[in-house]
Amino acid sequence: MTDPIKFHCKGVDVWYGDTQAIRDNDIDIHDKSVTAFIGPSGCGKSTFLRCLNRMNDTIDICRVTGTLLLDGDDIYSRDVDPVQLRARVGMVFQKPNPFPKSIYDNVAYGPRIHGLARSKADLDGIVEESLNAAGLWDEVKDRLDFPGTGLSGGQQQRLCIARAIATKPEVLLMDEPCSALDPIATETVEELISGLGERYCVVIVTHSMQQANRISQRTAFFHLGNLVEYDTTTAIFSTPQDERTVGYVSGRFG
Amino acid sequence: MTDAVSAPPLTASVHSTPEAAARLKKRRAAETRLRAYGMIAIGLAALALVALLWNIVSRTMNAATEHYISIDAEIEPDEDDFLGVVKSAARDAFPYASGRSAKRELYGLFSDGAADDMRRAQEDGTLQTGAAVPMRFLMSDTADLYMRGEFGELETQASAGMLTIAAEGKDFVLTSRAGAFADALGRAKAGLAREAVGLRRQAARQGTGIAALQARLPDVTGLEREDTLGQIERFEGARDRLEGQAAALDALITADRDTRLELTNRMASFFVAVNGGILKLSEVSATTALAEPLVPMAGGEDAANGEWSLRILDRPEIGRPVKDRQIAILETLQQEGRVEKVANWKFFSLSDSTQPEIAGIKGALIGSMWTMLVTFCLAFPIGVSAAIYLEEFAPKNWFTDFIEVNINNLAAVPSIVFGLLGLAVFINFFGVPRSSPLAGGLVLALMTLPTVIIAARAAIRAVPPSIRWAAMGIGASRTQTVFHHVLPLAMPGILTGTIIGMAQALGETAPLLMIGMVAFITAVPEGITDSATVLPVQVFNWANASERAFDMRTAAAIAVLLAFLVVMNMVAIILRKRFERRW
Repeated sequence: MTDPIKFHCKGVDVWYGDTQAIRDNDIDIHDKSVTAFIGPSGCGKSTFLRCLNRMNDTIDICRVTGTLLLDGDDIYSRDVDPVQLRARVGMVFQKPNPFPKSIYDNVAYGPRIHGLARSKADLDGIVEESLNAAGLWDEVKDRLDFPGTGLSGGQQQRLCIARAIATKPEVLLMDEPCSALDPIATETVEELISGLGERYCVVIVTHSMQQANRISQRTAFFHLGNLVEYDTTTAIFSTPQDERTVGYVSGRFG
Repeated sequence: MTDAVSAPPLTASVHSTPEAAARLKKRRAAETRLRAYGMIAIGLAALALVALLWNIVSRTMNAATEHYISIDAEIEPDEDDFLGVVKSAARDAFPYASGRSAKRELYGLFSDGAADDMRRAQEDGTLQTGAAVPMRFLMSDTADLYMRGEFGELETQASAGMLTIAAEGKDFVLTSRAGAFADALGRAKAGLAREAVGLRRQAARQGTGIAALQARLPDVTGLEREDTLGQIERFEGARDRLEGQAAALDALITADRDTRLELTNRMASFFVAVNGGILKLSEVSATTALAEPLVPMAGGEDAANGEWSLRILDRPEIGRPVKDRQIAILETLQQEGRVEKVANWKFFSLSDSTQPEIAGIKGALIGSMWTMLVTFCLAFPIGVSAAIYLEEFAPKNWFTDFIEVNINNLAAVPSIVFGLLGLAVFINFFGVPRSSPLAGGLVLALMTLPTVIIAARAAIRAVPPSIRWAAMGIGASRTQTVFHHVLPLAMPGILTGTIIGMAQALGETAPLLMIGMVAFITAVPEGITDSATVLPVQVFNWANASERAFDMRTAAAIAVLLAFLVVMNMVAIILRKRFERRW
């Protein structure tokens, strides 16, 4: 577990108006591994995730302070273009949200707007590669011009992952990507995420401790806006240090 | 079971008591009632719609055809006085219409449009020339209305017995031993009786006045008294005169049925069709009549039973624009098969005119198209841009709140106010040409803007935020998100709002009156700066016109307006469907 550090966060506070959602968080997120954020509802794990690609900027009343470094660069510095940042830090949401366009256009959208493909053949290659990486290619290769919204829930979520991958990001943020899926689809997506962890820095927010256990290398436990404990997943689930973590992972509250 | 009241047995649910059953029944009754109300409301609306369409369509059908008269005309190769051609052709076809008023009535059958037709044909090089070219001349509006039975149908009474004819100067004395004219006499006398009743009513009114003045008499003195007395005298004079007239009419009515009654133009018109001619009765008794030939007979022989007929038009000549001589000529023409009823395509190729039979809708239609084009080109992009900015980019503060409130209020401003604004700002300040589609379009765009903005904002707001997140999550900028994802999804809603706005603008009259689009314009506008009128204003103008023939053209113009609306909406719906298919 000596992967290089991708995100270095220090003293991060997040405010929604007058309400503080995140208090003084320090966390280092490692590259080429899966990091899981767990914790009860409203503990700030999603809010923190959204700080990592500045999605919180779209909320007028949200204010972020502290240091967030991506590869050593402050992502909240004035020189950083949040739109460009989001191309580097891709995001997958809780509910599958494919664009109401064809499967092909869904995946090709990112490369198109960022000018990643020089030719149509190039773009076709990216689409195939991304769908392959999301394990969806074999299922949809014959119907690429069908609407993405016509797929099943699990397929839609993998399409969204393929769409995020197609932009060639360095980090993938996933906000409870399996909570709207059935167990079978969940299993497929989990396998996918585990695989992606070998190539990307994956950060996943989840409500399911089993899921965190299954797919992540490191786990962070959030409670009431505080990062309570952060360690390897094995350590969190076998020898938690904080009393609150003990209570949560053993299922006493949450 | 002592505590049964405080703790009812578990099996007795509150949902199975008789009270619950009653509640259920009540609820169901309420639901049934509501459904019935809904059905009644829809039924009423449908009925109103059917009535409206029926009314418009049935009246429009009248304007769908027009009448032509086929006669021969002499046309020189380089003819330039086409009105003269029509007149001389008419004189040649009806040589018996001699004398000033007879000729005027004859010419009155033909429209100026007949000359216009020939002029157009000459310009196209399709005009036949020669000494006796068979031509079709457009009928005037009054003749056309007569052909449609607008002034009542000519009632034909079959002949009863033999009719003897004897010349008396220019006129003829008709005799029917069988008393064939008794009915005509009866009708004429009934008309006189109605007139007498009217005269007596007026006389009674004078009597009331006299009584009122006499009641005042004891209270007044001196000069005022003399005035009053004089007034009473005048009133009495009038009363006596009216009563005298009524009595004279009574004398006529009670006269012997063999005494000839003189017919006036205040009574029904009576014609006798015999020997190929048409005679108008000027005096009538039960058995004899004095008749003036309007269309001459082929010969003066007596006519046997079945060879002649009496025709009656109940509406008196004084109460209709079409004269007896014109009716006689039209009847003759129709009998000879020289009246043609053809589809009125000219309605779509001509513009406004003071003469209803050559008034068309083209000018107003093109004017409406130009105006709508200007309105759309302004209201749609500006409205959508404003909606996008307010919804996606504008910060939420007092200023944007203020703008929002004002846009909503603007939608409720009476349209005539926009007209005043257009007059003051666009025409007087910016010098936009008066009564041009540009000025109209600008005003209507102002009026339409709030509708478009409100609808577009609602449509943009209805796009699920997850789509915005999805786009932003892969690094799309705000602008890319809006134009690639939000706007296409919102477009059907935006188009719906735009249709509503444009439909409103299309039917708007009031603001256009203010900017001079109500002017009488006979030219078809060739651009947005030409003077023009629009469909609703054309409807308004024709509905105000005094000529009766404009009635059916008003209905036709309304039909064209509705058709325009349907076409416009259909285009918008097709566009909307196209956007929807991309989902």
